[in-house]
Amino acid sequence: MCQVGEDYAEPASEEPPPRQPGREQKCVKCKEGLPVVVIRAGDAFCRDCFKAFYIHKFRAVLGKNRLIFPGEKVLLAWSGGPSSSSMVWQVLEGLSRESAKRLRFVPGIVCIDEGAACGLSPEARAKALAEMKLILQTVGFPWHVVALEEVFDLPPSVLRCFAQEPVGTEGAYKAAVDSFLQQQHVLGAEGAGDSPSLAQGEEQLSWPCTQDPQNPQSPDRPPTAAQTEALSRLFDSVKTLTAKEELLQALRTHLILHVARTHGYSKVMTGDSCTRLAIKLMTSLALGRGAFLAWDTGFSDERHGDVVVVRPMREHTLKEVAFYNHLFAVPSVFTPALDTKAPEKASIHRLMEAFMLRLQDQFPSTVSTVYRTSEKLVKAPRDGCAAGPPGPRCLLCMCALDIDTAGLCLPSPGCSEEGTGEWVLGFSSPLVPSAPLYLQTVPRLLGLRLPCICPRRSPPPHRPLHPAVLQGWGGCRAAVGGPGPARGAALLSQGGPPSPRHRAAVLRLPCEHEGLALPGPPAALHLGRGPAPQPELLPQGLHRAADPGVPG
Amino acid sequence: MAAPLSVEVEFGGGAELLFDGVKKHQVTLPGQEEPWDIRNLLVWIKKNLLKERPELFIQGDSVRPGILVLINDADWELLGELDYQLQDQDSILFISTLHGG
Repeated sequence: MCQVGEDYAEPASEEPPPRQPGREQKCVKCKEGLPVVVIRAGDAFCRDCFKAFYIHKFRAVLGKNRLIFPGEKVLLAWSGGPSSSSMVWQVLEGLSRESAKRLRFVPGIVCIDEGAACGLSPEARAKALAEMKLILQTVGFPWHVVALEEVFDLPPSVLRCFAQEPVGTEGAYKAAVDSFLQQQHVLGAEGAGDSPSLAQGEEQLSWPCTQDPQNPQSPDRPPTAAQTEALSRLFDSVKTLTAKEELLQALRTHLILHVARTHGYSKVMTGDSCTRLAIKLMTSLALGRGAFLAWDTGFSDERHGDVVVVRPMREHTLKEVAFYNHLFAVPSVFTPALDTKAPEKASIHRLMEAFMLRLQDQFPSTVSTVYRTSEKLVKAPRDGCAAGPPGPRCLLCMCALDIDTAGLCLPSPGCSEEGTGEWVLGFSSPLVPSAPLYLQTVPRLLGLRLPCICPRRSPPPHRPLHPAVLQGWGGCRAAVGGPGPARGAALLSQGGPPSPRHRAAVLRLPCEHEGLALPGPPAALHLGRGPAPQPELLPQGLHRAADPGVPG
Repeated sequence: MAAPLSVEVEFGGGAELLFDGVKKHQVTLPGQEEPWDIRNLLVWIKKNLLKERPELFIQGDSVRPGILVLINDADWELLGELDYQLQDQDSILFISTLHGG
């Protein structure tokens, strides 16, 4: 049904779509104002109603989920882009409202300087940083600017999943809010203003903006040239843009989490918008991460245990964000990213973005349909796993592994890495590699040289390599009860044996850490998505394969 | 016969990268037989302002999906999209919402 570029017998797109509000119409909400923006299909809002609608959505998403307790320290992940800038601005405005509806948490901002990964020159990076600092100082929250190079200094603890704190029940949330309000009332009566919980709010302006230079991870300590060089080498060793983007996301997440843990933040807010999450959902499906959609695109992401990632902007489309930022002068900084000026088929992310946006153009409910679907995704198992011991986790994305131990060989204790033909897939929780080892092995493993998995020492040619190989690569098939593994298995088994021609658009993110990559025949993986692509250029195959999959 | 028009064309969200990094352009559209509308403006921009990679900005006779168009701070969907007739001193803003611009 929703097929881009196809001709129908009677093209439905010829007739003007029922939406086409003209300027002579009035705002659908207040019926008085002159409409300035069209939201969804046909709802024209005037400027004030749009502002109210936008702010209300932000507060409603936070209020509906009740995950952020009063007085809690929340880290805002700000990239400088429009969505995260809008989120920061909403938090700023929300904290300064009248007391009944005021947001009640303690924010901080983290900004990751990814210039080295994107190939920016030092001057360009410095310029972008200067612009960002200007905005950070205007906002006034405590801020941390971290260069991506610091990922080389991460401690091994970043790869460990800490025990999850028990999720507060409804009663706990209400009790927390009530006690917080009581506390405020008491302190307000005493006239004291030193309590940290009061620091946000009335004393917002008295936050020392120079708080951060005392921070040992101060931004004024620029990364060394050697580190920048190492980071560039790391990214250059990754062959495809898709893999680079995934690696960047993984490293960025680790770094943000580390900052959050170091400074005592229990929540991280990211500015993923509805459009971005819809694209991410489809991209994750293409990359074989279907089992983790609920974590990747849901409102809250608790896979790291002690720090929870929330996405308060997930109901705002990019159009609304862009309009709001323009109409109400929200400052943002544009920095070129990995895929700036990349052609449409350069990576799976780009391709999916183009696909979704083109579809959205013709069928304006596309993004919201995908979003509604993502809302229905449930994290399995339901409040069971939090209590139990955490199973083995993927090194890069921290999602639970699904290891088919029957097809694997795990190293015996005395086994040395080289030359045995055996190597580890995934790892069991107590063994956490040191960060330098992890970052040494990652580029080699990403360099198209995934060894074969074999029960014996020689790879049996008759055996279809891809299920085990994909498990080894993907590793992140969660131990999902119910439909998860079946679907994953079905996806895997549909494909034919991997062929070297599919390298171009293949993501290779290994999950093992121990043992060095063995010089085995390069194992190409095909995307775990539908039938194996045709031998011609993979992105086209993906495009064709995508058609039947789009929900009608 | 359309008289020459003076309009301000602005780019944001990363779209300015295709225009040498210049965000605001004050342009004077020459007089021509057909009246100036957004469709013609896009053709003119492609010919005169766009420095590289036209396929990243224009698709067919419209803008690429993902690029928003604001005419005098209002959504172009309210004004007829490509068929809106330009007036003198109009301000057209193109905001790219694509990742990485």
